[in-house]
Amino acid sequence: MPEFNWQYTGLIIAAVIGTIMGYIAYLILLERWVAAWVQDRFGPNRVGPYGLLQPIADGGKMFLKEEVIPGHVDKVFFVMAPIVAFSTALLALAVVPIGSTVAPPPAQPTFAAFETVQAEYASHFSTVIVPALDIGILYSFALGSLAVYSVILAGWSSNNKFSLLGSMRSSAQIISYEIPLGMSIVGVLLFTQSLNLETVIQYQQDHTWFLFTQPLAFLLFLTSVYAECNRLPFDLPEAEQELVGGYHTEYSNSMKLGLMLLAEYAHMITTSFLMSIVFLGGWGLFGLESLVENAYAAFAVKLLILTGKMSAFVVLFLLVRWTIPRFRFDQLMSLAWKVMIPLSILNVLAATLVRQFNITPWAMTGVSAVLFVGAGLIAVRNGPVNNAPRKLKKPLPPGLQAGVTYAAR
Amino acid sequence: MSTTRVEKDVKWIDEPKLGLFENLYLPIVFDGLKTTISHLFTRKVTESYPEQEPTMVPNYRGVHRLNRDTEGRTKCVACYMCATACPAHCIDIVAAPAPADWVGREKYPETFVIDELRCIYCGMCEEACPVDAIELTTLYDLTGLSREQLIFDKEKLLSVYDQTVKAGTDPVRTQSGNLGPASDTAQAGVPKA
Ligand code: SF4
Ligand code: SF4
Repeated sequence: MPEFNWQYTGLIIAAVIGTIMGYIAYLILLERWVAAWVQDRFGPNRVGPYGLLQPIADGGKMFLKEEVIPGHVDKVFFVMAPIVAFSTALLALAVVPIGSTVAPPPAQPTFAAFETVQAEYASHFSTVIVPALDIGILYSFALGSLAVYSVILAGWSSNNKFSLLGSMRSSAQIISYEIPLGMSIVGVLLFTQSLNLETVIQYQQDHTWFLFTQPLAFLLFLTSVYAECNRLPFDLPEAEQELVGGYHTEYSNSMKLGLMLLAEYAHMITTSFLMSIVFLGGWGLFGLESLVENAYAAFAVKLLILTGKMSAFVVLFLLVRWTIPRFRFDQLMSLAWKVMIPLSILNVLAATLVRQFNITPWAMTGVSAVLFVGAGLIAVRNGPVNNAPRKLKKPLPPGLQAGVTYAAR
Repeated sequence: MSTTRVEKDVKWIDEPKLGLFENLYLPIVFDGLKTTISHLFTRKVTESYPEQEPTMVPNYRGVHRLNRDTEGRTKCVACYMCATACPAHCIDIVAAPAPADWVGREKYPETFVIDELRCIYCGMCEEACPVDAIELTTLYDLTGLSREQLIFDKEKLLSVYDQTVKAGTDPVRTQSGNLGPASDTAQAGVPKA
């Protein structure tokens, strides 16, 4: 473990939070732009050149709005919900490597050897708030799932049936999708033999990206992340058409709502970072990053590569929002429980076998393809998902076309 | 029990059967993404309003104008047809005998006031007027700082005429020349029925 230096850590914390906040501000602007462009509109273009000052105007508006706490809410939890949402979203970033990192050294047989590798490790610097945290990704997942508490607190304390419905849906959804989310990454961790994200990056530097060797896991992870972030096509907790505003209906447009929305975007950024680190090799880009000799330039290049990958995922988030319509609730649950969880379990099984018999990791690519197509074939054989309760079928009188009976009688 | 009818002209459409390709989701999602991305780069349909003035359709019903005849006098003969027709009761006319040198005219409006805030821009006044003295123009951006400013008197309405004639944005009736039989423009162009 490199020595704890509070100045250095504090600097990184400040830099990360500051950058992320600025990033989110412009991410919201980008979201509005993409929404507009996809609908053949211009989007915000009035505040400042090309509307670039819009986030500042939005933020100012949020801060200046009156903080309204409706009379019928449970005040403590009502105020707590945005805090929980925002702090967990930010805390999850602590283990995420933001730029270049060095993997912590493995265990050593002797104390002297341990001292040497530790000293060597401490001489490098890693841009991660908590370097060499062994439970890295678990910590990130744990805090990510704490986000559901903010939703439940908000919905329940609002004392409003639409908010409660929204938060109920959200809790069911997030808990369901947590399973494939965690399972899909088990296959990856079996190969890296570490939960530490820096090691995961290092493994992919030495071998190849997990995107290529475990595409199915990537797909499952990506889909679960959309559900975890409440993004379309899984945005049932805040389906405006059905639920007014979802769990944050009772929050006036003040900073409390602002925090909720910021937390959602922060969650998006964290998960995009995770995806780029776990499946897309973190700061690596096919050896491109090692071409630069200068340490500082290399640092900048790695930072750029990683944030570039993260931004690509974020843009994908935005585009998918305007591509796939929202799922119905039973379809959402079917997808999680009948498709994604079995697939992720089979994927873990395959990874275990590949590890056990020391087969080349590329075998996983084939297995993924087989599982993927197999799932499709099963779906073709069974027809569309039907979750409607079974009704007693009345036989039609002879000579009638189906469907006409009820209209004509 | 009523007679059962089988409707012959009802066409029954079955849900399309999804094959393997559709059931794999991903190809379809990529197809959708292609559409989404292509829309990012298409020409936008938004008109940036204050910089880019919209062209209104010629039969748009905007601010009124009082037409002038060939000698520049108000064409209105103070017949009260428009005020009678107006469903919002927003036209107020005070008639007076026409000056002696106005040949062939008995009356003219001494005052002619339209409350543009009460008006519902239905165009009834335009329909009712026998001499096509009142018309609705294509001016759409009617604003004012007080209610009083939007009560238009005769001078204001005549000035709207001057303004629209100069700008070449005559409303559709004047443009098409399809005017009522009593209008002098109509008399000039179209032979009397
Ligand atoms: S447009 Fe309709 S409401 Fe307005 S003045 Fe004419 S008749 Fe009255
Ligand atoms: S109907 Fe025409 S002529 Fe008669 S008062 Fe109205 S504007 Fe004047």
